[in-house]
Amino acid sequence: MSDAAATAARAAAQLDRLSRWHPAEYVFWALAAASLLVFPSRYLLISDIALTGLFALSLDLVLGYAGILTLGHGAFFGLGAYVAGIAATHGLRDPLLGMALACAAAALLGAATSLLVLRGSDLTRLMVTLGVAAVLLEVANRLPALTGGADGLQGMDVGPVLGLLPFDLAGRTAAVYSLATLFAVFLIVRRIVHSPFGWSLRAVRANPLRAASIGIAVDARLSVAYTIGAAIAGIAGALLAQTTQFVSLDGLAFHRSADVLLVLVIGGVGWLYGGLIGAVLFKLMQDQLATITPQYWEFWIGLVLVALVLIGRERLAAWPRALWRRVAGRQPA
Amino acid sequence: MTAIVALETVGLCRSFGALRAASDVSLRLMPGARHALIGPNGAGKTTLINLLTGVLRPSAGRVMLQGADVTALRPDERARRGLVRTFQINQLFPEMTPLETVGLAVSHRLGGDRQAWRRLGGRPDVVEEAAAILERFRLDDVMDRRVGALPYGRQRLLEVALAIACAPRVLLLDEPAAGVPESERDDILAAVDALPSDVAVLLIEHDMDLVFRFARRISVLVGGALLTEGTPDEIAADPRVREVYLGEAAHG
Ligand SMILES: Nc1ncnc2c1ncn2[C@@H]1O[C@H](COP(=O)(O)OP(=O)(O)O)[C@@H](O)[C@H]1O
Ligand SMILES: [Mg+2]
Repeated sequence: MSDAAATAARAAAQLDRLSRWHPAEYVFWALAAASLLVFPSRYLLISDIALTGLFALSLDLVLGYAGILTLGHGAFFGLGAYVAGIAATHGLRDPLLGMALACAAAALLGAATSLLVLRGSDLTRLMVTLGVAAVLLEVANRLPALTGGADGLQGMDVGPVLGLLPFDLAGRTAAVYSLATLFAVFLIVRRIVHSPFGWSLRAVRANPLRAASIGIAVDARLSVAYTIGAAIAGIAGALLAQTTQFVSLDGLAFHRSADVLLVLVIGGVGWLYGGLIGAVLFKLMQDQLATITPQYWEFWIGLVLVALVLIGRERLAAWPRALWRRVAGRQPA
Repeated sequence: MTAIVALETVGLCRSFGALRAASDVSLRLMPGARHALIGPNGAGKTTLINLLTGVLRPSAGRVMLQGADVTALRPDERARRGLVRTFQINQLFPEMTPLETVGLAVSHRLGGDRQAWRRLGGRPDVVEEAAAILERFRLDDVMDRRVGALPYGRQRLLEVALAIACAPRVLLLDEPAAGVPESERDDILAAVDALPSDVAVLLIEHDMDLVFRFARRISVLVGGALLTEGTPDEIAADPRVREVYLGEAAHG
């Protein structure tokens, strides 16, 4: 083999490795599926973890890959929840249809607001995203005929998934439905981040000046990434509405945006599994602490947040990834 | 066809406050040009590149690329039309590897913008071209390392390799050899020589040896304005150019 051919072969192998499935990833998803069999009494918690993980995954695309700092990601989650909820109160019983509508609505809002978000610095972005979420909350509050206002949306009627699996009280269908949706969307996101498009997002985040100089339309890329992230957050919101059969203003509240940021930071930003691992830890912690000291839950979460910042977000946020690397020998994404 | 000017500026002006960093600069590169732009530090050479590529907007004047007015276009639009630059201070993606960096540029150029589904490296033509570029700059032995961890000289070569990966029609090199070890400077010239012969190249460089080996024409920029333009012999013999450089040397 000539030198050039040998180099090309090495290059192809190196690029292949980037997107190849790692054994640890199979284990992760096998464990996720196994949780359904091992913890039948915790279906609702499993569903909650899965949809929170999906929400955090969507934020990872926006923040971890595209580098857009946002404090208003909850807006898309809440919008998705309301759209799916309102659909279910108006005779659209099919959950996948409701989810598709939620996804489309969130994507539209994401595309529209991405134009605002692209302007300016990190601080501007924080303020704009925060503002958009606050406006949406107020709109939902002022439209009680549609949203139920402060009382929440009453009377959702969600049909069986695929016409086969009706939602049950124990939450079995909810857990299966949420996990399956998470897995399906994860596969899509995983493909996206390994595509030239995904790599262009990393380039834009690392150095927008150079990204533009090699011909990447920086603003358009960020706008698309923001829109995809919004669409996925909308799906996560739809999952919440459909699995709990209830939507309230809480779905749009500021703490949604803050919590999902915390979830992602706990698990580590920019490696796909961060949001998922963060969701497991966050929800288990919430579950345990809420049983032991329900009134202090917020206190402990606040403490974790402060600790994360003090110890150094980068260092601490890197630990799940480092552990994964140690156990598995190589990072997955 | 060959008569179309590759790159032309008409009366470019740009001020920073009271400082006139570019005043009435008119420059013309024909296809295949090997043109050097020299001048003392602070003369406005980098500013001119920023104006040409759209990083800065001129306060007056126009930029024409292959006969079309591109003054209103964004930097990425100009790059896609073949106006490509390198940076005096490295502008790379530190967390990526050289292969990922060059692979992204090649894949972006060959595949356009709609590649959210294919994986990077999924196309053999992309991989082959990226590997060939890395080999030409002798970066193939470090193509799987983090760019940020490479020695400065290697990063400098990647800076040029990345521009070449964009298949420029007009290539603007801003002090590409600064910080590159003597032994590797020839790699840069060799890579430039290996470009298709109709690609126009504008080189900013302080290494006069490199300038005179490379250039068929030289422009001298002083205080934001073009002092003179000519063949290397004419420039070497021009007393005003000597004065500028001797004056510069006298300041240390
Ligand atoms: N963005 C900027 N803002 C203010 N002044 C600048 C800016 N960029 C360059 N300058 C000034 O313009 C002059 C020309 O700079 P530059 O183009 O970098 O020169 P050269 O590349 O020839 O060394 C210098 O005096 C520099 O300080
Ligand atoms: Mg300069």
